[in-house]
Amino acid sequence: MDEQKLETPHLHLSNAPHIRAQFSVPLMMKAVLLALLPAVIASGVFFGTGALLLIAVCVVSAVGAEYLANIIMRRRQTIGDYSAVLTGVLVALNVPPSMPLWMGALGSVFAIIVAKMVFGGLGCNFINPALAGRVFLIASYPAPMTSFPATKFGSINGLDAQSLTSSLHDWSILPPDAANSASISAAVDAITSATPLEAIKSTFVLDSYAANILEFQKALTDLFFGNVGGCLGETSALALLVGGIFLMATRIIDFRVPLFYILTVFALFWATNGTGTYFTAESIITPTFHVLAGGLFLGAFFMATDPVTSPITPNGRIIFGVGCGLLTFVIRKYGGYPEGVSFAIVLMNLVVPLIDRCTRPAIYGAR
Amino acid sequence: MKKYTFKGGVHPSHCKEQTARLPIEDFPAPAVAVIPLSQHMGAPAKPVVAKGDRVLVGQLIGEPGGNVSAAVHSSISGTVRSIGPFAHPSGRLINAVEIENDGENEAMLYEPIGSRWDEAAPGELVQEIAAAGIVGMGGAAFPTHIKLSPPSHKPIDTLIINGAECEPYLTDDHRIMLEMTESILVGALIMKKILSAKNVFFGIEDNKPDAIAAVQNKLSSSRFDSIILSILKSKYPQGGEKSIITAITRRKVPSGKLPMNAGCVVHNVSTALAIYEAVMEARPLYKRVVTVMGTKVNSPKNLMARIGTPVRALLEACNVNIAGAKKIILGGPMMGTALSDLDAPIIKSTSAILVLDQVTEAVRKYPCVNCGMCVRVCPIRLIPSRLAKFVEKDNFEDAVAWNIMDCIECGSCTYICPAKINLVQYFKLGKMKINAARAAKRQAG
Repeated sequence: MDEQKLETPHLHLSNAPHIRAQFSVPLMMKAVLLALLPAVIASGVFFGTGALLLIAVCVVSAVGAEYLANIIMRRRQTIGDYSAVLTGVLVALNVPPSMPLWMGALGSVFAIIVAKMVFGGLGCNFINPALAGRVFLIASYPAPMTSFPATKFGSINGLDAQSLTSSLHDWSILPPDAANSASISAAVDAITSATPLEAIKSTFVLDSYAANILEFQKALTDLFFGNVGGCLGETSALALLVGGIFLMATRIIDFRVPLFYILTVFALFWATNGTGTYFTAESIITPTFHVLAGGLFLGAFFMATDPVTSPITPNGRIIFGVGCGLLTFVIRKYGGYPEGVSFAIVLMNLVVPLIDRCTRPAIYGAR
Repeated sequence: MKKYTFKGGVHPSHCKEQTARLPIEDFPAPAVAVIPLSQHMGAPAKPVVAKGDRVLVGQLIGEPGGNVSAAVHSSISGTVRSIGPFAHPSGRLINAVEIENDGENEAMLYEPIGSRWDEAAPGELVQEIAAAGIVGMGGAAFPTHIKLSPPSHKPIDTLIINGAECEPYLTDDHRIMLEMTESILVGALIMKKILSAKNVFFGIEDNKPDAIAAVQNKLSSSRFDSIILSILKSKYPQGGEKSIITAITRRKVPSGKLPMNAGCVVHNVSTALAIYEAVMEARPLYKRVVTVMGTKVNSPKNLMARIGTPVRALLEACNVNIAGAKKIILGGPMMGTALSDLDAPIIKSTSAILVLDQVTEAVRKYPCVNCGMCVRVCPIRLIPSRLAKFVEKDNFEDAVAWNIMDCIECGSCTYICPAKINLVQYFKLGKMKINAARAAKRQAG
């Protein structure tokens, strides 16, 4: 045995537990960024390098805004937690690819400064910063926020333009002389197209949905893979799904929010599917279209699941998902906008404290 | 075979491989033993020896100092050098009896109840256990004889022997389950008789297949056919009283009540072994197995050491590279206490000495992002993040309303928190302040 007398070193004293899991807030943010990578790549594939540049600009301005805000507010620097990077990416994914870069930057700065930093930074914001940025941009620049160029492969909205031209003519989306698909293709770079959601909404408004149902069915494939116009991050349902499944499998997000959100949207559009039938193959075309089109997957997997602005209790997360789905349905079906995901989530963000209070779990051994 | 578990909990690395295969070694009696008069929950023991007295191994040196208290015995033979405040594992100075070893190792001889225990009255057995100074050896150190004397209107039908050992690093229970299997089982039968319990379950986590096999092997004898082996999933805090009761029986201990309100009582395997030794060999609790382990321990060991042996002596025996150590912990890393003074002795509830070269953040590193991981892992289903905010703002009224007093302080929330917030510390502080306020109110009223 070693006979030397042990010197007492400087020992740390602290409360138990004395070991911690590796997982941390920056790792969580990085994991979400990783999960968004497929969607970022898809936006590059379908909208070109301009889309990637827009993402880069949004990230730089979001991080820069947080950096400066911390200096001005004399707070500890927090850009190392990667939450600003994530906000920048999400703002970019929420704007059309034709958006001027400075508007994207402005949206990101608004998201960071107004929605997050003035409330105390990460963890203190009550609405999702990226969605606040999007809502700010929609209110400030409605035209650029709602004009969508076609994808690089020429698809406007996954729909056969010729079959739908009459409806779209009436809805004043297409110029009157765009009578055949060839001329539409020729005009593709110049005109801004109706997104899939605008197209389906207009056919419902014009009562021509039933007549065009097969066109919508054909569009589902393009919607799934992403060959459709829209915001950067709305394009490929598949890319978003891959990221979403990764986050759910690693339990970084709770499956309850996206599952109940998407199920609610599906169920409500199925109940009002426009064919008058419920158990036919046609009856699920509208709900499937609505699930795949627009920003639902982006919202359900990456925005509604933002932990800061969603409930902490398991049942609260179910209510939150259902509420987001209900509001999305109402806005898409009856509201003035074709898309309702961002407004739905922002509105639900506001009732999170109430949901948390009402869904307190029964503790172990509760009497 | 069906594996039992509970809702919630975390999966820290087990870190048991190094010592799990090492047989228990006897550690020589120390030259000087410092035996604290308070090694248990409740009132400290009252010394019954004086400076200069000669004491023998196993001789009573402190008698129970109240209704909830336990006897304390000498672990060596020698002369009482002093009685006074000494360093204690809790970090405070606590009255202890300092005994200088005379090297004789002369033991006090008592008449054991022995093999006639199954004819003895329960009261006699409980008395023997109380006289042996046995306390819960899993960590809480609650006097065992009290746990074995439930009031008559709270009948106990289920006894659970806790061999879960869910804390990382610890292997002391694992080793005694392998090396003293039969003694533990007899200890369980003695408790079954005292409680006249119908069911006896022996719970072991599935990360100890050799211990499961050893127990299974002994259970094939008809002598033990009233004991049922329950294999538990390896998950922390599987060995917590409430977790193990719910895992095995599906019963729940009502909020704010004791396990006996669910008809259950849980005893650690080390406690069962101590009961065997008290009843069969009339040997008071004056030694126990301690796992010495950690990143800076060159030769980790499972040591059978006398109560009162200084931590320093055990570390020396295991070639600890003390210069690189950042933290020394008595007990497991999830619930153990950090030690400040290496001269503090090991006590009845010291299951391990861990030497770690890593420290945890003293203050939160990131803000709470409301991720809900603490909610997911809490075995009591509290909302730890919210409770911490209440305590932070001294809002004890809401803290109580949101069940802070039900927290079992297992540390799962703090372990998992990605913001590295010391949640449990808030709960301990909050409970302390709430209890102090209640005591003050009682006194005033």
